[in-house]
Amino acid sequence: MKISRKVEQMQPSGIRAFFDLVLGMKDVISLGVGEPDFTTPWPIREAGISSLEEGFTSYTSNKGLYKLRLSVSRYLENRYGVKYCPDEEILIAVGVSEAMDLALRTIINPGDKILIPTPSYVSYGPLTELAGGLPVYIDTQKDGFKLTPRNLERHIDKKTKGIIFNYPCNPTGVSYNRKELIEINKLLSGHKIICLSDEIYGDLTYDFEHVMFPSLPKAKENTVYFNGFSKSYAMTGWRVGFACGPKEIIAGMTKIHQYTIMCVSITSQMAACEALHSGRKSVEEMKREYVRRREFIIEGLNEIGLTCHKPQGAFYAFPSIKKTGLKSLDFAQRLLKEEKVAVIPSTAFGLQLEDYIRISYASSFDNLKEALRRMKSFLNK
Amino acid sequence: MDEILEILEKDARTTAEDMAKMLKKKPKDIKERIKKYEKEGVILKYKTVLNKDLVHDEEYRLRALIEVNIIPQKDVGFDKIAERIYSFPEVSSCYLISGTYDLLLVVEGKNIHTVSNFVAEKLACLENVRGTTTHFLLKKYKEDGVMLKHKEENKRIAISY
Repeated sequence: MKISRKVEQMQPSGIRAFFDLVLGMKDVISLGVGEPDFTTPWPIREAGISSLEEGFTSYTSNKGLYKLRLSVSRYLENRYGVKYCPDEEILIAVGVSEAMDLALRTIINPGDKILIPTPSYVSYGPLTELAGGLPVYIDTQKDGFKLTPRNLERHIDKKTKGIIFNYPCNPTGVSYNRKELIEINKLLSGHKIICLSDEIYGDLTYDFEHVMFPSLPKAKENTVYFNGFSKSYAMTGWRVGFACGPKEIIAGMTKIHQYTIMCVSITSQMAACEALHSGRKSVEEMKREYVRRREFIIEGLNEIGLTCHKPQGAFYAFPSIKKTGLKSLDFAQRLLKEEKVAVIPSTAFGLQLEDYIRISYASSFDNLKEALRRMKSFLNK
Repeated sequence: MDEILEILEKDARTTAEDMAKMLKKKPKDIKERIKKYEKEGVILKYKTVLNKDLVHDEEYRLRALIEVNIIPQKDVGFDKIAERIYSFPEVSSCYLISGTYDLLLVVEGKNIHTVSNFVAEKLACLENVRGTTTHFLLKKYKEDGVMLKHKEENKRIAISY
């Protein structure tokens, strides 16, 4: 059977096979998980259950429940001082994943370029291509995985339509302070480049207060802001996220969303409302726990010789394995086979990235400790 | 609350060395802080939380909650009579509370007879005790923040982005 060339050419990497290997093995300590190891806080789960008991089982408005959009709007205003109109500037989507796809399909004309600083989250490149755009990868390795204004400027040309900017970053944990963001925004708004700002890990910023991109001077009119409930409220399986931005873009995204998805599950939306109303305390608790794990794992990795910068957010460490002489996928495969520890090879986040692994510290202390012990024994062989 | 206490409350076995890494402090300083807490009585003791339902124990003990109405005494209020009551080894917890009665006791005994004997022969006949109500515990679901059931298996898939 012949399928479309575009789809046939997607995801050429060999990582799929590695994943299958992990899923087939027993007693593996997995540091390859991109979701919190907490379950959704009980009051949020309870809200989902009671909404079912009360009979909320229907479609909602395409844009999402009004009360959820209103809660999102109020939350962003209180937290960052940025106002979005719940009627025209907010869309509830099936996670940031869907929202990002909608935004790309909304803004891209054939041949438009989208800048993607790498290492980057896995979906940005393929989604851009599917939408008919041209991904332009910006390698940030030399600058400690940070996008610098100079590096950014070198990649801008007349065809540049947008940038997918993700901070704190999956997989590196790198984030930006206000001063750095202002510099980046100056360039973007100067060239009228749309910033698709994926801030799903914004609540998990540890060393300074997270700065929301549209809160920067003159940034709002050129920015689509993405966030969701998965990471901060441990709600990955509920699949709820949102996009906020200029009304023309949100209206375009809503058109596609209404034909493909119709609306997000009402149960999930009701639970998400509760998360915004009562969940802040558990976010703070989870955050404190992640900070302790971060210190523990970073020190541990550096101790066993996997040098690692200190991530400022999310729950990932991105150590270099260059010293071992192994390529990323080989390293991950051998570590899995010999010591039963699963990590993600960096090639998943950029094809040319051969010298790193992604380690998720969303795992219990006992697991992290044991994984470090096993990695040490692997490296000493 | 000091993060050292937060960590110990979750897992009292966490070593000072591990805590030092998590909190970016010296193990020596952590140990000193813990010593200080122990001395001040902030940390009273370290114990293990058991799911008693799964322990085959000849010494199994029945628990009862007992509400006690008492007549307070001049000058010392409830404290003196409370002390007389909580000094009995059968009493494992004792709280002064607001509402329709005064003391709430947790009492443990080998069986229903030992507990009722304690109530009838020791507690109820104390001079200032006006009355008691005894509730026997049938099943424990949650105690001190811990749900008493098998740890749920982690439902996450092993690999995700």
